[in-house]
Amino acid sequence: MTDRQEAGDILSAPLIIEYPFKRTTGPVIGAFLTGLREKVLVGSRAEDGRVIVPPAEFDPISGRDLTELVEVGPAGEITTWAWVTKPHAKHPLSDPFAWALIKLDGADTPMLGAVAAASMDAVHTGLRVTPVWAAEREGHINDLSHWIPASGGNA
Amino acid sequence: MPEITLPKSLQGVEAVRSVRTPARLDYEFTAGDASSRFLRGIEQKRIIGQRVPGGRVYVPPRGADPERGQATTEEVEVAQVGTVTSFCMVNVAFYGSSMELPYTSALILLDGADLSIMHLIQEIPANEVRIGMRVEAVWRDDEDIEPTLESIKWFRPTGEPDDTNVRVPGEDHGTGLGSWVGGVAPTEALVRNPRTGKGGH
Repeated sequence: MTDRQEAGDILSAPLIIEYPFKRTTGPVIGAFLTGLREKVLVGSRAEDGRVIVPPAEFDPISGRDLTELVEVGPAGEITTWAWVTKPHAKHPLSDPFAWALIKLDGADTPMLGAVAAASMDAVHTGLRVTPVWAAEREGHINDLSHWIPASGGNA
Repeated sequence: MPEITLPKSLQGVEAVRSVRTPARLDYEFTAGDASSRFLRGIEQKRIIGQRVPGGRVYVPPRGADPERGQATTEEVEVAQVGTVTSFCMVNVAFYGSSMELPYTSALILLDGADLSIMHLIQEIPANEVRIGMRVEAVWRDDEDIEPTLESIKWFRPTGEPDDTNVRVPGEDHGTGLGSWVGGVAPTEALVRNPRTGKGGH
């Protein structure tokens, strides 16, 4: 059809599809989100004594209900990480940052978080990090804005 | 539900029970040649379809015959008057809609076209809309015309008698999806009305 029309005549427009879903959390994930709102991090104690963060509703081995929630962190250490050179609009940070798995103090499993750091060289496995909380919190994962290297740590 | 033991720091605070999990997809929609031409026509308050060589007129046009795939290069302006072939009365508000309830969304077969377009029916009580009703386009004010089908605000009854021969293109018999049978409107004869329980025989 290019013989009939210049490409500049082709129309285009933003098309945004949005679904306003809301879902119930159940008591365990609800407690984790309640904690975020209160600036408290919690995990669940598994039958073998390990502490799983974020909390699991069921024991990963037996499948039975896990009902004991314990406070962990708030600081932890990076177990593995990847540097993001070009953050996109949906990333939590606009400057280059690290996605990291962070094992909180008192936890036996790591959780994912975004770590703000001056450069890739400032991040390494074993780096101790501490959470930065959002000013307004509502019981949502975004209540924990991101993580930063802990002052006095081994950064 | 199992009893959960909370750490002291969370005892006595109001528990979170639900969480927002919106899903959002951002696209840039490119209309392509056929739809761009259609929308440029709309800017001039004209409704332009495309004819399959020797065959049907598709509006809105997509640039190709959906049956055989051949390009549709002949442009045809169709009427701004047509017939309702199917409709839905909307009684439930949905996210993002500013329409006052109830309202009617309809498939409208414009005179000269062989494919219905979907649009709103207004200027008539929603429960009086019927298959076969003749309707005409109501445009926005000239200064508000843009290359979008929303430049037609809605369709309204023309006051003409119903078209009791309306056929959904491609149907050669009544199926309840828009074709009349023996002078009887399909919604009465062929589709059961869930409110009255009538029809559907």
